[in-house]
Amino acid sequence: MFTLLGFVVIAVVLLGSAAFAVTRLNLIHAGLAFALTWLAVGAFYLWAGAEFVGLAQILVYVGAVSMVILFAVLLTQVRSAATSLPINLDDERRLGAGLITAGSAFGLLGAAILTGRPAAPAAPDRSLTAQELGTALMGPHVVALLVIGVLLTAVLIGAVLIAAPTDPEIVEDGP
Amino acid sequence: MNDVGSTFWTTLDQAPALAKRALLGLLPESWAPLAGGLLTVVFVCLFFISIFALLTLVERKALGRIQNRPGPNRTGPGGLLQPLADAIKMLVKEDIVPHRADRVLHFLAPVILVVSALLAFAVLPFGRDLAPVEFDGAILFFFVAGAGTEFAIFLAGWASHNKYSLLSAMRALAQLIAYELPLLLAVVPVVMLAGTLVPQGVVEAQAGYVFGFVPRWHLFEPWGLAAGAVFLVAALAEANRSPFDLPEAESELIAGHLTEYSGFKYALFFMAEYLGMTAMAGMMVTLFLGGWHAPLPFLGFLPSWFWFLAKMLAVLGVFIWVRGTLPRLRMDQLTRFAWKFLLPLSFVNLVAAGLWHYSAAWDLPAAPLLRWVLVFALPAATYVILGRRLAGGLGPRIYHYAT
Repeated sequence: MFTLLGFVVIAVVLLGSAAFAVTRLNLIHAGLAFALTWLAVGAFYLWAGAEFVGLAQILVYVGAVSMVILFAVLLTQVRSAATSLPINLDDERRLGAGLITAGSAFGLLGAAILTGRPAAPAAPDRSLTAQELGTALMGPHVVALLVIGVLLTAVLIGAVLIAAPTDPEIVEDGP
Repeated sequence: MNDVGSTFWTTLDQAPALAKRALLGLLPESWAPLAGGLLTVVFVCLFFISIFALLTLVERKALGRIQNRPGPNRTGPGGLLQPLADAIKMLVKEDIVPHRADRVLHFLAPVILVVSALLAFAVLPFGRDLAPVEFDGAILFFFVAGAGTEFAIFLAGWASHNKYSLLSAMRALAQLIAYELPLLLAVVPVVMLAGTLVPQGVVEAQAGYVFGFVPRWHLFEPWGLAAGAVFLVAALAEANRSPFDLPEAESELIAGHLTEYSGFKYALFFMAEYLGMTAMAGMMVTLFLGGWHAPLPFLGFLPSWFWFLAKMLAVLGVFIWVRGTLPRLRMDQLTRFAWKFLLPLSFVNLVAAGLWHYSAAWDLPAAPLLRWVLVFALPAATYVILGRRLAGGLGPRIYHYAT
């Protein structure tokens, strides 16, 4: 009973904050609502018994990624900082692009879920400990871990390259 | 020690748990889980809020002595009642919300701040079998709660609709992103070598004494020394304490995110700062200073919670001492220090911790000494090389005075 109630509360907060985030005109409000969505996702993991994953989700997404997003908004919105932006659905091209993006993401995810391993092994009656999770990641799944690490490093270097000023006059010369 | 004596000390050691059990005995049994949880929450909140009151006085007194002035000494004997006077003043002050502020977020910021500061106390082991909550991943929970404080500072700065506050919010974000990483990387070797994410497990890994008198605290192991130093610096930054108090920086940003807060909300900000600082000190004690273990074997008869509190207050004393001694960093120095110095140092220290773990099985003559020197040399060499490179070319600073 309480378990179901918890799920309903988490689901309402998750979907509500996500809907709030995409309908806001104020980018900061949207970012904050997004942080709440991530918090709710973390709460869902905790509810499902995956304590380590849930806490890591909150630490990484609410604690760090949402910060980076807010920081980026503050740094890029110099002129219209914190004021409303023209995100309207009246523009047909914009509407079409949005539908295509959302549709392909949903399609991809749905296909992955539907065609994934059909017979999932029976869920163990206790959640994995952090130690077992770490052993699994470092043992059988170490290749995936390393590939993701290289990928993320490449993304980081790319971001630095894009963000770094190319005009030599802007480059700071030390302290 | 005779039997009566040892029973007395054991009872004293478990006094908080026994008192809780006695209180719960007065209630119907079905209420016990809920009432027990509530009792712990209320006790932890009240206890640490009184520590906060005490700490404000101690800090003002200590800073006063460092600056060669007496500090508050008019309210009560020796200024002892000053926190009470401050509390009354804060409660009766007018609560002002700027006209163009985001009212909801302006209100939410201090609430989130205090809640996340208090949450951190949930997982600290205050003594033998005396942790409010114990679960796998509790250390992670502590840092999750800590991340909430910087988030709240951002909210406060942004919602105030004041350019100084906004600058402070951006500084808080940059600081969080920069120092969260070294902080967590300083904790990783502890978790690696203790093999657990449960704080009690980390404390138990530090039990015992080398040569009969040197405690097996992580701080006294070479990798722990480096990790402890990184943790202390990053903890100061996370708690927004001087020399990393850039988000509030009175002289530059007229107190930054605090500018538009008054009355009780302002008091909440201060309370959260001190609570966060206390929690960080408690975590430092748990991870590096042996938790509730006594520093010397023959002192082990004193209650475990006494040792925890004593060590925590000692670390807080260091925080206050640092505030009285060091000047504030500049923003670029702060981020450069985190990314170019602390981060590589903590990475090297991870390797050192791994070496410490695997060298435990070495079967060489003088292996313990060799192992100690080797593991110490890794972070120490990094410290020297990085320090020289970062400070290279800066030389002694030349000041030009108007003539």
